[in-house]
Amino acid sequence: MTMKTLSGTLLATALAMAASSATGAEDDIFAQYRAMFGDDNPAELTEFQGEDLWNEVRGPKQVSLEQCDLGLGAGVVEGAYAQLPRWFEDAGKVMDLETRLLYCMETVQGMDVTELRQHPFSEQGQPQTDLEALSAYIAAQSKGMPIAVPQDHPAERAAFEMGREQFNFRAGPHDFSCATCHGQSGKRIRLQSLLQLNEPEGAKASFSAWPAYRIAQGAVRTYEWRMADCARQQRLPGLVHGSPAAIGLITYLGVLANGAEMDAPGLKR
Amino acid sequence: MSLNQTIIRGALLGVLAATLASCASTPEGQTGTAQAEAAKVDPAAAKKAALMSSFETSGQAGMDRLEQDHMQRFCSEYEGRPVPAEDAKKIAADATAGVRFPEDGDFFGDWHNGEWIAKTGKGMQSNDDPSEPNGGNCYACHQMADEEIAYGTLGPPLRHYGKLRGTSEAILRYTWTRLWNSHVYNTCSHMPRFGASGILTEQQLKDVMAYLFDPASPVNQTLETAAMEQAQ
Repeated sequence: MTMKTLSGTLLATALAMAASSATGAEDDIFAQYRAMFGDDNPAELTEFQGEDLWNEVRGPKQVSLEQCDLGLGAGVVEGAYAQLPRWFEDAGKVMDLETRLLYCMETVQGMDVTELRQHPFSEQGQPQTDLEALSAYIAAQSKGMPIAVPQDHPAERAAFEMGREQFNFRAGPHDFSCATCHGQSGKRIRLQSLLQLNEPEGAKASFSAWPAYRIAQGAVRTYEWRMADCARQQRLPGLVHGSPAAIGLITYLGVLANGAEMDAPGLKR
Repeated sequence: MSLNQTIIRGALLGVLAATLASCASTPEGQTGTAQAEAAKVDPAAAKKAALMSSFETSGQAGMDRLEQDHMQRFCSEYEGRPVPAEDAKKIAADATAGVRFPEDGDFFGDWHNGEWIAKTGKGMQSNDDPSEPNGGNCYACHQMADEEIAYGTLGPPLRHYGKLRGTSEAILRYTWTRLWNSHVYNTCSHMPRFGASGILTEQQLKDVMAYLFDPASPVNQTLETAAMEQAQ
């Protein structure tokens, strides 16, 4: 475990250094750079950490997360991520993976997750948080499976509608919405290609690839991180982790992505 | 009630249910209950409550940024759809009424500063230092000078902007207006209102104007010319 963490950190540092020198014709260089990895993804090291955390007996209640129900029954991790967010009767709300993991750590293991909920993502150069590691592991267990985000419960449909509205919500000093950058196909910002996320094709490419190893940051980032960082660039206030807007956006993208094969953790610039 | 309205009402109820549920499971249950009470009376309040519970002040990005003005509200609602003529007229009229031309009648500043503004994407994000000048980030969306290949394509290309258009009073006023508030010309333009929203100062707008129009600006030269001048 310690060795894995250490080698992960070293590899991540090396990658971050390599990435910071990759300026200029970014897309091109990045494509070559990504090709160098072949089928390898540094996120695998984070997956191992997540697997250990999932199986480890932890918290005041001294149980592992194998008693956590991610939607397909207690302890079932295979295919679970491809069917999230979904309605959870026990919690009485629609939850994405990250919200559900925090819920399980709190209710099943009896852990205090206040700190983790407030700081769910690792700072630059710091070790991955438990939430990031667990997310990477669980997401990887849906590899190759079709995305099937449910729309059966009224609250799931409401989450989709809230996400759709949030996607088009223009606000702040720059008037930006998600649609500003992700409402058209074949566009780019600087040299970075942009996905059109209000159509199945783009939503599939996005949803299936997160969580992802971000080369520029040398770390695995989750889908909630992606949403929150877009909100920052939109000049909005901070997007609250697990909030209705965050869950809404992820549900919206997930439903549009239904039918695509999960291929996470992905590898991102 | 049309089918569409029924669906929308159902969705709103769902949001309300989700909001209620999330309130019940958080320590901030008290505030949440008040929000939920308000939501029962008015579905719009349910949406508002869900939105407000989804964000928190971060650095200079306060909650006031979630308050939409008429244009923002309208263009959010009609994203990707044709806009009703009356609302479109009001947006254009409001935008036109707010344009302020340079006090001293001079449209041009320093193109070097304009270049910095065009290339700089920082400014007004939660993690930006508010004491530093804002960038305009023109290159995020527009092609401009040949030497900058890292340009985006969300907006139209502006290569050789001044060279192609000249410097008549009409084109200067048009360009200044476009920078100040793009909604004068396009109802739901996605270009930020750099002047109207106070993103760039009057001096910065002049600098960007110089970057667009000055014959010496890299925007108005071809790469060969620029390379030759650098070699001399």
